Amino acid sequence: MDEIFGIPAPLLFGQLLLGLINGAFYAMLSLGLAVIFGLLNIINFTHGAQFMMGAFVAWMLLNWLGLGYWWALLLAPLIVGLSGVIIERTMISRLYKLDHLYGLLLTFGIGLIIEGVFRNYFGSSGLPYRPPAELQGGWDLGFMFMPVYRFWVVVFSLVVCLATWLMIEKTRLGAYLRAATENAALVQAFGVNVPRLITLTYGFGVALAALAGVLAAPIYSVNPQMGTNLIIIVFAVVVIGGMGSILGSVLTGFGLGVVEGLTRVFWPEASATVIFVIMAIVLVTRPAGLFGRA
Amino acid sequence: MTETSRRTVLAGAGALPIAAGLALPRGARAQGAPMKIGLLSDMSGPYRDLNGPNSIAAARVAIQEMAPRINAELLVADHQNRPDVGVNITRQWFDRDGVDMVLNLAASSVALAVSDLARERNKVAIATSTATSDLTGRACNANTIHWVYDTYMLAKSTGGAMVRAGGDTWFFITADYAFGHALERDTANFVRNAGGRVVGAVRTPFPGTTDFSSFLLQAQASRAKVIGLANAGTDTTNCIKQAAEFGLARRGIKLASMLMFISDVHALGLETAQGLVCSASYYWDLNDRTRAIARRIRAGVNNDTPVTMAHAGDYSATLHYLKAAAEMGAAAAKADGRAVVARMKAMPTSDDAFGEGTIRADGRKMHPAYLFEVKSPAESRGQHDYYKLLQTSAADDAFRPLAEGGCAMVRS
Repeated sequence: MDEIFGIPAPLLFGQLLLGLINGAFYAMLSLGLAVIFGLLNIINFTHGAQFMMGAFVAWMLLNWLGLGYWWALLLAPLIVGLSGVIIERTMISRLYKLDHLYGLLLTFGIGLIIEGVFRNYFGSSGLPYRPPAELQGGWDLGFMFMPVYRFWVVVFSLVVCLATWLMIEKTRLGAYLRAATENAALVQAFGVNVPRLITLTYGFGVALAALAGVLAAPIYSVNPQMGTNLIIIVFAVVVIGGMGSILGSVLTGFGLGVVEGLTRVFWPEASATVIFVIMAIVLVTRPAGLFGRA
Repeated sequence: MTETSRRTVLAGAGALPIAAGLALPRGARAQGAPMKIGLLSDMSGPYRDLNGPNSIAAARVAIQEMAPRINAELLVADHQNRPDVGVNITRQWFDRDGVDMVLNLAASSVALAVSDLARERNKVAIATSTATSDLTGRACNANTIHWVYDTYMLAKSTGGAMVRAGGDTWFFITADYAFGHALERDTANFVRNAGGRVVGAVRTPFPGTTDFSSFLLQAQASRAKVIGLANAGTDTTNCIKQAAEFGLARRGIKLASMLMFISDVHALGLETAQGLVCSASYYWDLNDRTRAIARRIRAGVNNDTPVTMAHAGDYSATLHYLKAAAEMGAAAAKADGRAVVARMKAMPTSDDAFGEGTIRADGRKMHPAYLFEVKSPAESRGQHDYYKLLQTSAADDAFRPLAEGGCAMVRS
């Protein structure tokens, strides 16, 4: 059995694995979006720009301060997360009483401004960023060549997703967060500082985007428009998984990565569309998403 | 710092279409009304690095060189790759500012529109950074010259020459839209004509593809010796970056990029781009003359962007244009753009960037084309030392034969 549906089995296995790797990026980005939407009720359209900022901060740390990949993994999410906190405090917090649409427009605008500023200072051709020496090279798995770095991306993002889920579902902080999502006024009445909780949540969601940006820097072109393409797919992932569902966005992220990977073998031209077809079907049959509560 | 210079240029060129006049240095001896040259290009978008600040510097070098014989002024504007913006600026330049020649043009859509306007107003349009070969084919006119390269030249040089160099089986990764299809079709023709074989192709959604590893894996499974990248910009850099990650070069698979500038190689870094094959009509390190002109252009800028073939073209085209205008006299040259182009075609070209050349009846500037391979970091000996020469095609061999283009001026 070395052929499945007319495709050599080794090629198919390779594609499944690659799909899983891309799914890791979708999962991390949609996780951040889901966390932010769950508590803030804001659809964060700046997410793509913040993903891009993560990659650029990694480049700046390396080229301006001599701090390598491992430092970037720690510092870039902190720095970009902090910028998110400032954006939330100074701008987004003014919109909570208004319709969703205003938050969407504001974050979309901020995203465009950030991209424009980066293009102004760094040009558009992109910047070189190499994986760290420890993660270069790869293993020959027989059916495909597996770069060490890709393997690292899958493992690392699985750990991050799991940790986030545990924090939200199993810790006291997570309990506050979930309670504030249900009824913010009541939680505040119990003495929890809800505005601060909201600010930190936004910062955390943004930090997740930046972390994904650092992970992406060695394999995708680091340029100001790098977030734009990815983020549209990630929004579809969030919609399919169910707005605000943490577990849903992670599972959907990995699942759709695999679906997309397989489409690339059987019908490459449709690989960018397949996720949106699934989104349309899900919206018609289960408007709340696969894991969302109606 | 490159950042500072970028800011200066953006302040001057403007993200909005603001034209900034750049005066001629003092001490110019020529008399009479100055020739006005409008540099119209992408100054802030995706093609900024292969045009942008270095293009301004290159045109200035030519103006200074010709200063003893003729007075010239340079205006600069950013068309943001939008034909409507480009046409509006050009119209304003022609009708209000007395511009005689528009230079560079970049994006094919803008170039075609501006070339038409130049014919209408009897001015001159010289495309130095434009890909479409239609400019000297279906859309040719007596007021337009196409310098540097075109899609036919790239497809033939990279496609044909690479087969002769041993890369006889090809797999294409093609951006799924008109540009990608055309580039794939043309290149595939040259591959077959040279005795090569196309073993497969995959069409990737555009825009919206960031991960090409699946496609690279399919290409590898096809056992092709060469993967042809019929795409541009970020798609190309992502392909190259991910091909390096999956170790394709180490397995002896060559990547051939159909549209690639040295500024792209600079952005990728040699570690990633090594082994890549691409075509160009200028490289700064070809000989003493090309080195000299690169030095002169780079003296006028404060950045680390290598001199691309588009920059070389901006210098060479401005120089030849001013030579023709000087022979005719500024007043006559300003009055009749068509006559200047006719004079430019009648005179042989000679400059440090492209050596000796000619301009054909259909407006095609003729010069050799070169096939390059990107060096490994170990082979590179200094700043911008990126290419080694694989093959040279003579001018007549490099470009589309005059009769095949479908240019109306040739038939009549």
